[in-house]
Amino acid sequence: MQALTTEQIRAVIARGKLRDNIFKAMGIFCLSLALIVIVALIADMVMKGSERFTLDFFLNFASRRATQAGILSAWVGSLLVMLVTALAAVPLGVAAGLYLEEYAKRNWLTNVIEINISNLAAVPSIVYGLLALGIFVYQFGFGQSILSAGLTLALLILPIIIVSTREAIRAIPAMIREGSMAVGATRWQTCRYHIVPYAMPGILTGVIIGLARAIGETAPIITIGALTFIAFLPPAPFMGEPAAGLFDWVFAPFTVMPIQIFNWTSRPDPAFEINAAAAGFVLMAMVLSMNAVAIWLRYKMRKNIKW
Amino acid sequence: MSANNASDLPKVSDRLAYNAMRNWKERLIEALLLGAAAVSVMTTLGIVYVLVSESIQFFSNVSIVDFLTDTQWTPLFDDAHFGIMVLISGTLVSSLVALLVAIPMGTIIAIYLSEFANAKVREIAKPILELLGGIPTIVFGYFALLVVTPILQYIFPSLPGFSLLSAGLVMGIMIVPYIASLSEDAMRAVPMSMREGAYAMGSTKLYTAIHVVVPAAVSGLAASYILAISRAVGETMILAVAAGMQPNLTWNPMEPAATITSYIVQVALGDLPHGSIGYQTIFAAGLTLLLITLIFNILGQWLRAKYRETY
Repeated sequence: MQALTTEQIRAVIARGKLRDNIFKAMGIFCLSLALIVIVALIADMVMKGSERFTLDFFLNFASRRATQAGILSAWVGSLLVMLVTALAAVPLGVAAGLYLEEYAKRNWLTNVIEINISNLAAVPSIVYGLLALGIFVYQFGFGQSILSAGLTLALLILPIIIVSTREAIRAIPAMIREGSMAVGATRWQTCRYHIVPYAMPGILTGVIIGLARAIGETAPIITIGALTFIAFLPPAPFMGEPAAGLFDWVFAPFTVMPIQIFNWTSRPDPAFEINAAAAGFVLMAMVLSMNAVAIWLRYKMRKNIKW
Repeated sequence: MSANNASDLPKVSDRLAYNAMRNWKERLIEALLLGAAAVSVMTTLGIVYVLVSESIQFFSNVSIVDFLTDTQWTPLFDDAHFGIMVLISGTLVSSLVALLVAIPMGTIIAIYLSEFANAKVREIAKPILELLGGIPTIVFGYFALLVVTPILQYIFPSLPGFSLLSAGLVMGIMIVPYIASLSEDAMRAVPMSMREGAYAMGSTKLYTAIHVVVPAAVSGLAASYILAISRAVGETMILAVAAGMQPNLTWNPMEPAATITSYIVQVALGDLPHGSIGYQTIFAAGLTLLLITLIFNILGQWLRAKYRETY
């Protein structure tokens, strides 16, 4: 092989550096494209929807007239569905994570559960909707209610909560468990007074990310047959005539923010585009602020905890 | 030991009783926790049970050969045809468009973040990607229909108001964060010594990234692509909003078409009676969807096992 002269070597190096820089530019371009999409999305919704950011928009029911339509039933529905989802998914997810990290023996049952959880994460969300339609709506007879929707979304975000709980627990060093058991605590007492409290920030991060995902989910809720036009609120406990029971709202028909947006987006009348933009912005604000809290929590956690 | 008189003995048995009770409580709690962990298994069984049992009823009315070979999908018409290929074509075309955007973009971002960017850029870029991944799909659907489609119509005047192209492009952007973050994790797990070896031989950063880091992380990259395919195939709202819901057997992304998922949404929005054939079609469609994602996942696990590199 012929030896290269200094000039040639310099040319080779220059070419390599040029390629590096071209790739760097491509990387920055792709990243900024992602940023541009977020900015364009938010800017578009703010500009189109700005005239609807009034108190009336939040306090009016859906209407056939675009200018009078509001998102009252949608945001109340979203909040109530999230409440049911959180009440179902958080205890189940934390308990399952605790079991897999602290109790489970290495056997086939544990393997089945673990493989199953990682596979559930890849199941399309609309399939959960079909599950809920078959099981919750018809077999259990919950109907097309807040309860059905909340439980469906709880199953959907369960893997997220389980995985984050497990990661948080795994970060706790073994000496904590050994210390607790050495003074005579049982396994449950160790979990109850040490593992769960120390893992709390990590668990909370997973819960918030899971709920942020759930509040934006549309497909499974449409599949169980949520109505798109609701001009009333679920019965508040002990109100109305005759007085509603404490949990009557759970079985009420409902709508949620994403369904309201879908409904307005798919109407041909462009006046509803403005409503869709405004409602979309409200939903984005909810989801992004939840995500921001989670990111901040994780950042803080990484800084504070030193075992 | 003389102090240990008869009056102390019951105390010992009290403690034994207490211990026995405590053990029972421990076992009960363990069983409860196991029950919580088993919910995920029951979810899977429930999904399989619902989809298979409704599909069996569906296939007692419609032959499986017709289902797979018919070229029309008109389940709610008097002259009913049940050709799932019509919906599969929409799903595959839109997924292909999405992956053509997401795989190059996601991979480039991942390589850039893991091999080129300094810590500061990474601190800013990762939350941005996370936020992009957190945007609800219905908002992306709105964006596809009312922002991207008009822009595309400016470039291609013949593009209809609903198209697989605009839905697919936006879907691709949506998937980018999944690929970028999973691939970056895989590449950062490649030991530093391998890069140092390549640099010591005179490789540039790009050469090292492409010829050393990417091959070493290929199983992780494959896993992220498989997840991306599952997302694209299962994505619903962007397609329901921006691709139209007309069943259309086409391989042209410039046309509107229904996908498996948007068909399910369309039927669910209507008022089909429980137990009718129209009601059963969505479960047959859902089963098809689940099988498609399952095939890709098995393929992914096989690829991962085959090309796994351990250090």
